[in-house]
Amino acid sequence: MKYIDEFRDGEIAKALATKIRAEAQPDRRYHFMEFCGGHTHALSRYGVPALLPDNVQMVHGPGCPVCVLPIGRIDQAIGLALDHGAIVCTYGDTMRVPASGSLSMQRAKARGADIRMVYSPADALKIARANPTREVVFFAIGFETTTPPTALVIRQAAKENLPNFSVLCCHVLTPSAITHILESPEVKQWGTVPLDGFVGPAHVSILIGSAPYEGFARDYRQPVVIAGFEPLDVMQAILMLIRQVNEGRHEVENEFTRAVNREGNLAAQKLVAEVFELRESFEWRGLGEVAHSALRIRPAFAQWDAEQRFDLAYRPVPDHKQCDCGAILRGVKRPTDCKLFATVCTPENPMGSCMVSSEGACAAHYSYGRWKDIAIVPA
Amino acid sequence: MSIKKDYLRPIDFKTGRIDMNHGAGGRAAAQLIEELFARAFENPALREGNDGAVLPAPPPGHRLVMATDAHVISPLFFPGGDIGALSVHGTVNDVAMMGAQPLYLAASFILEEGYPLADLKRLVDSMAAAAREAGVAIVTGDTKVVEQGKGDGVFISTTGVGWLPPGRRIAGDQAQPGDVVLVSGTIGEHGVAVLSLRESLEFETAITSDTAALNGLTAAMLAAVPEGSVRVLRDPTRGGLATTLNEITRQSGVGITLDEAAIPVLPQVEAACELLGLDPLYVANEGKLVAVCAPDVADTLLATMREHPNGHAAARIGVVTEDPHRFVQMTTRFGGRRVVDWLSGEQLPRIC
Repeated sequence: MKYIDEFRDGEIAKALATKIRAEAQPDRRYHFMEFCGGHTHALSRYGVPALLPDNVQMVHGPGCPVCVLPIGRIDQAIGLALDHGAIVCTYGDTMRVPASGSLSMQRAKARGADIRMVYSPADALKIARANPTREVVFFAIGFETTTPPTALVIRQAAKENLPNFSVLCCHVLTPSAITHILESPEVKQWGTVPLDGFVGPAHVSILIGSAPYEGFARDYRQPVVIAGFEPLDVMQAILMLIRQVNEGRHEVENEFTRAVNREGNLAAQKLVAEVFELRESFEWRGLGEVAHSALRIRPAFAQWDAEQRFDLAYRPVPDHKQCDCGAILRGVKRPTDCKLFATVCTPENPMGSCMVSSEGACAAHYSYGRWKDIAIVPA
Repeated sequence: MSIKKDYLRPIDFKTGRIDMNHGAGGRAAAQLIEELFARAFENPALREGNDGAVLPAPPPGHRLVMATDAHVISPLFFPGGDIGALSVHGTVNDVAMMGAQPLYLAASFILEEGYPLADLKRLVDSMAAAAREAGVAIVTGDTKVVEQGKGDGVFISTTGVGWLPPGRRIAGDQAQPGDVVLVSGTIGEHGVAVLSLRESLEFETAITSDTAALNGLTAAMLAAVPEGSVRVLRDPTRGGLATTLNEITRQSGVGITLDEAAIPVLPQVEAACELLGLDPLYVANEGKLVAVCAPDVADTLLATMREHPNGHAAARIGVVTEDPHRFVQMTTRFGGRRVVDWLSGEQLPRIC
């Protein structure tokens, strides 16, 4: 595939791996957090960690929108379908996320909830037009990448004055979550976060640009390299991070220049600002309440805001007591450090957020990487 | 003077629809069986019109193999096939993967009230053509009708019977360390073809389902190499290649190491999977098989497969290893290494 295969070339990967090995100083350790689930997925699927020297370790961050969705929000969506008789439309990968009372959207569907999987918010709008006697709610989740399409459908619904459509907005923001990882009181409790740099988000940065990370790099003295989701992108970013660490720099560098610039997509930013405003606080699964980390629908569009329309109150639901997701998402612990990992918590029966989606740290390690925990007779 | 049949009006296959009478066991049901099913499947056992089929016993030393499969698919017609052909191929392949020669099928239809008879006729004709091509006879069957809203148009369940020659044992627990893993062709076409028609996901593609009966291919393979050297045959249907290989490692208590670069995938399938965030290793096939064989026959077997129309893109994709943890691992095209795990639930498109 043109424009894809070039970024998956095994020969270039070998050359990059050799450079990484040569430049990583043997007497120091490098811990880099890839914030995005897309990067976690690329690392796992292509077996990149096996190409890195032992002293260069990747730490999976909280950048999977499905994983960080708190139980209380899924409960709200299920409640809309079961208690209010609404048609709830959602992206496919939220269907399996565990909710309260042993439910998930998939299980709620089996109990009669009208929950439909859609591939874009525009499909939810179509369903609303086709079912004028039913309430149709789009369960909007995701980072900055998925926010503009949601804004578009809200604006369109307002333009058409569509009476039976609304959005349950659970969109979250990247920069505040990255800051939270280094700042939260929980981190003090667990000790210093052993992080030496960040692989910055790909698609998110197309929208917001590279500028929002500059203050972060400066204030927290953390190098950031924005990288694409192809495996060679990630390896190149790792090399760039090693160089910054070796040279004592902490700057924002952009490996993904083919798609990301400093300002980002201004038209999309304007659209998002027109429809959404900042929430004071929002609960992230595994991270708890994070200030200024999510969006809500502006009062001008209140008619299409499911929270207003159905007068929804938010009720937080705690995760399993022994779940270490909070520490894992902050890079303080590894999946295998958690008592529940691969015992009671598996991809079939996830207990915590990191095991929920295939992009979560624990699910990725379970599915792709657990052979490394066990000595295996080589082929 | 021709004798009038015991019903007056022939079935309206142009505009008619299935109604509850077609499943009530009365005259309408008899008419549907006679005018549609018996005519399309035409064979002596069916012609007798009894409750069951009387079949010849297998030759001495042979054993019977039986397999059954329920077919539910949406949409019922998809690029490259339909539920009718699929219901024959699926069960024929299950019998063939045991190393047996499939001979007879039984078919049960669950029809939804209101389903157009024209579409049903197309499905039944397609099923009859698939059976003839595979060399099997549909010798007995049943039809039930459910009320509108209680079915999905048509469900078809088929049961197949075949003969297994003396001394042959091909099974999931026969893989041994050092054996070679072969696949009969490119993977993922069926799943992508069906997905391309899903509501609100429609995308234009030239990809057609690979649905096919594989008994001709398995017969050629088994004739080409000594008895016992083909250890496992399996068709990677739901769950795809990855799930099938995990089943084999679990049953045989071995590991498998795959070479990603050797696994054949059409570029269009790869592109569609890329777009949807799916992994072709987990996408369904309906006309492909995986073979595990002794290393010394791998080249012969591969050459035989490539000579057959259903195996022309066959490839050697991995080796069986000694591994108490029964992992399927893969050396990635990228030079890395990873586990190819069981699928958790259904493979769903990723959000970003």
